[in-house]
Amino acid sequence: MKRYLYYPGCSLRGTGKAYEESLLAVFKALDIELEELEDWNCCGATAYMSIDEVNAFALAGRNLALAEKKKLDLMAPCSACYLVLNKAQHYIKEYPKVAQTLEHGFKAAGLTYTGAVKVRHPLDILINDIGIEQIKARIKKPLAGLKVAPYYGCQIVRPYATFDQMYYPVSMDKLLRAVGAEVVDYPLKTRCCGGSQKGTLPEVGLSLIHILLKEAGRRNAQVVATICPLCQFNLDAFQEEAGKKYGEVSMPVVYFTQLLGLAFGFSAKELGLERNIVPAKRVLAKFEPAVA
Amino acid sequence: MAVKKMIKYEVERDREFAQWVTGVIGGERIRNCIQCGLCSASCPLAPYMDFTPRRLMHMAREGFKRDVLGSFTIWLCTSCYSCTVECPRKIQVTDIMYALKRRAIEDGAYPKRFPIPVLAGEFAAMIRGKGRVTESWLVVKVFLKASILRLLGMSKLGTQLFLRGRMNMMPDSIRNRKQLQTLLDAVEAHKEVAA
Amino acid sequence: MDARNGDVRIGVFVCDCGSNIAATVDVKAVAEYAAALPGVVVSREYKYMCSDPGQELIRQDIVEHKLNRVVVASCSPLLHEETFRGAVAKGGLNPFCFQMVNIREHDSWVHTDRARATEKAIALLRAAIGRVAFHKPLERKRVPIHPDVLIVGGGIAGIHAALTLANAGKHVYLVEREPTIGGHMAKFDKTFPTLDCAACILTPKMTAVKKHPNITLWTLADVTGVEGYVGNFQVTVTRRPRYIIEDLCVGCLECIEACVYKQAKVPDEFNLGLGKRKPIYISFPQAVPQIPVIDPETCIDFKSGRCKKTCIEACADRHAIDLKQQPQVETVPVGAIILATGYQPFDARKVPNYGYGVYPNVYTSMEVERLINASGPTGGEVVLRDGRKPESIGIIHCVGSRDEKTNKWCSRVCCMYSLKLAHLLKEHTGAEIHNFYIDMRTPGKGYEEFYNKLLEEGVHMIRGRVAEVTDWATTPEEEGKLVMCAEDTLISFVRRVPVDMVVLSVGLVPQDDAQDVRRLFNISCSSEGWFLERHPKLAPVNTFTDGIFIAGACQAPKDIPDAVAQAGAAAAEAMVLIDKGYVEMEPNTAYILEEECSGCKTCITLCPYSAISFLSDKKVAQINEVLCKGCGTCVAACPSGSIMQNLFEDEEIFKEIEGVLVNV
Repeated sequence: MKRYLYYPGCSLRGTGKAYEESLLAVFKALDIELEELEDWNCCGATAYMSIDEVNAFALAGRNLALAEKKKLDLMAPCSACYLVLNKAQHYIKEYPKVAQTLEHGFKAAGLTYTGAVKVRHPLDILINDIGIEQIKARIKKPLAGLKVAPYYGCQIVRPYATFDQMYYPVSMDKLLRAVGAEVVDYPLKTRCCGGSQKGTLPEVGLSLIHILLKEAGRRNAQVVATICPLCQFNLDAFQEEAGKKYGEVSMPVVYFTQLLGLAFGFSAKELGLERNIVPAKRVLAKFEPAVA
Repeated sequence: MAVKKMIKYEVERDREFAQWVTGVIGGERIRNCIQCGLCSASCPLAPYMDFTPRRLMHMAREGFKRDVLGSFTIWLCTSCYSCTVECPRKIQVTDIMYALKRRAIEDGAYPKRFPIPVLAGEFAAMIRGKGRVTESWLVVKVFLKASILRLLGMSKLGTQLFLRGRMNMMPDSIRNRKQLQTLLDAVEAHKEVAA
Repeated sequence: MDARNGDVRIGVFVCDCGSNIAATVDVKAVAEYAAALPGVVVSREYKYMCSDPGQELIRQDIVEHKLNRVVVASCSPLLHEETFRGAVAKGGLNPFCFQMVNIREHDSWVHTDRARATEKAIALLRAAIGRVAFHKPLERKRVPIHPDVLIVGGGIAGIHAALTLANAGKHVYLVEREPTIGGHMAKFDKTFPTLDCAACILTPKMTAVKKHPNITLWTLADVTGVEGYVGNFQVTVTRRPRYIIEDLCVGCLECIEACVYKQAKVPDEFNLGLGKRKPIYISFPQAVPQIPVIDPETCIDFKSGRCKKTCIEACADRHAIDLKQQPQVETVPVGAIILATGYQPFDARKVPNYGYGVYPNVYTSMEVERLINASGPTGGEVVLRDGRKPESIGIIHCVGSRDEKTNKWCSRVCCMYSLKLAHLLKEHTGAEIHNFYIDMRTPGKGYEEFYNKLLEEGVHMIRGRVAEVTDWATTPEEEGKLVMCAEDTLISFVRRVPVDMVVLSVGLVPQDDAQDVRRLFNISCSSEGWFLERHPKLAPVNTFTDGIFIAGACQAPKDIPDAVAQAGAAAAEAMVLIDKGYVEMEPNTAYILEEECSGCKTCITLCPYSAISFLSDKKVAQINEVLCKGCGTCVAACPSGSIMQNLFEDEEIFKEIEGVLVNV
């Protein structure tokens, strides 16, 4: 029985709710036990670093220090959280003045930090710890004939490509193929979706979103699979607006765990598929389990 | 057609600023920049920036502080790290962009209602207060400060999200807020001593 | 005369070196101090010891005062030890009964305090005076030089060095591992800046090599063993079989025509896989030697044993084909070795952003040279993989160069060859050409003028490093094209340029087996992997191993004129050795006291120059004086203390230590 500490991050409790739902379902089906990191705080994402650098590392550091006590690997599904936690670990090790300042903070707050925690991503855990064979064994309904464009986004491969290649990652491709889907060649798989720019500077954000969706369509994908809640949000919530401005696109955007979950026999509701703004029903309905 | 004089004189160069850039985390190698432009070419936001990242790096190391801190560029960066990963001189451009953002906020060098620093500020304030960020309230706060009209324009999306259960209205918080406060205060205090 | 008899008469000469020493060190006081030391018969101070009168002073005093030891306190031995040894010899004394003290680089040039500088000079001088009493007369050993030369590598550098030496009457072995000589230059179409046809200027030299009575050419050959030392190397060369008897073949090439493969099917190495050849082939029409070679990996007879062997039929009157041919091992003595093993092009797959190997119409510069070449796989037609003519072409400079992620260095030739390719491609296709560069490096004669000519031709010069080559379109003009994205830094705008064909100007990197080769020949490589020259400015073709020279791109990326210049230089250096006829070895070598050696063999494995061997009959170790470099490792390591080193004997060192500690 594999056991991991689970760091949801703020998005998975809000706009990324479907990610958590499908992730927990899939992990349960694979007999993986997840223990939520007690009293985890926000990682700070990209925003806090714009305000204060060392404090940003401190935020991440608190989570890492809390996790250390449990002696388990810490899984962070959100790309930004995954990067922030990893980066904090790296920078505390590489920049002595950061380490020194934080040491004072940790001491005052009664925390111990040694940098021992391993920060993991669900893709990494599924491919390397669980293995393709185990995943195949759980398939109830292979996603035969479903053409998927795998979209990784930026922060999971840059600047640290820890468990996959930086320029052309393949772990999600492997998982999706394992459950029977056809993965299309998608050269924009690590191109930035614009992050929070759509919210703040719509003209900029929309064009970035549009090219991702358009190219997925050009490659004959029926659905885009993502791993990052912000990417999913951008491509999903602003798809209509992007289409109006730059040319119509119609492409459901789901989490890779939702596709895995369908293959494992979970219902659309259990996987949060009904939370999509751009409906996924049209493309995915045929994979849903028959109603008893 | 208004004619403008565009020459740059040495008095404009802020030597302290140029020195400061080489000292920030990630800026250690800024002097090694050969101005190849790979950072700009790999940046998905570069076509929208007033100064491309490459141009900004050279202006920063030469000390043209006003141009650099007043630019659009630093706010457009989404930290996708393409530049950092591509740079043939291993300059951590993303980290430098962060440092410039922080310096611009410190110096107050941006229009008051500019949404991006407002977002960052509200984000940070929410974390300092509660330890976690509640997306819905964050959006409301930002647009109240930055642009109320925009907020109204997002009402359709807001409703869609709410109906699909993707909008958490309960403000989330950690239990041990005191610990987080102590941590941040101690880090802040030691930072000033060390500086 | 041995100091142990107490019969020592030392002359001390302290140099002012103008003001270099005298300004900081009280030279007079130092000379006076020395005069009072035991054994010192005369102690002088003089303005410039290295000058003619200064040297004459030494000679005179040796004769007048019947000196048997001399000490000079002046500058660095690297500068003038030989000068003063010569002066001592002129005075009739053995030149090794001399010790030099450095009171300039080690003292006056690094001190500002006069008192302390003088103190140090006195200590150093006292040490030298104590030491020199124990010096023994020594002789330099002369070792004869074998007059033949080995040249490894048959590219332009190797060829030029071979012809130069051969024309001077020296016998040369030219060893090349490919079936033909010519190296990379044979693959080029035209050369910059003159746009001379590469083959036209190279092949005459290649045939000259073949015809020259003083050159023994071995192709398809590797050097597999090197023993010995300068002037006396034993080199083992393994000649791989081409399955054709070279002496019988006349180069009619009928066998290739007759091969049972009617169509060429095997990817052609010379054309970088762009063309095809048969299992029996010749690399290119002007190959030297003009003899085919059979590839055992693809020849049907080798794989299955069942072939009609029409090739042998076609050669019925000469019987030159021998499918049972075995590798031949030759061992030859040579006096000097020149390594001209060249470079290899950077592997463009290491830069994934440019899509080499992913997008079919992304080529390397070398591949494009073959496309442009009239004797290449497309007969000089520049066409894309699907046969279309390109209407727009992008050339990316600095692929694998000037980049911390791949290679830090600038490969020196790529800007020039990129401009050359731009010109040739425009000529062949009329396409719109874009050169993406960072800096335009045109350092040679006529190079800047060549760049100017290109500017006049309307080639787009875009100063910006390309971030990526992609096949997805953001605008209608990009549909179906490869898009190159770069910032045009001169106008500060990001540009997306759609093209049909991308050419990667790959840099030069050391050969894959450079480390193996350098170990074989016992030379060093720089941290970047190029063969290491003795001095970057003043000795670019010498190595730290006497008798072994380097020339051409194996030392560092360079263009053809520089490779040829270095080849000539290396040939000259080899000729210096051979024409002198002997080499004199420094006598500061180690020697083993046989009676005291316990035969433990500790020294043998430690010697970095492989100079120590074990005499199995006497069960003791023996040092080859000629190979020994006097590094002292064995001396220090010997557990029974039975190894001594000339000029560094125990008494000499102890006296030196005593002398230096005088003020303590």
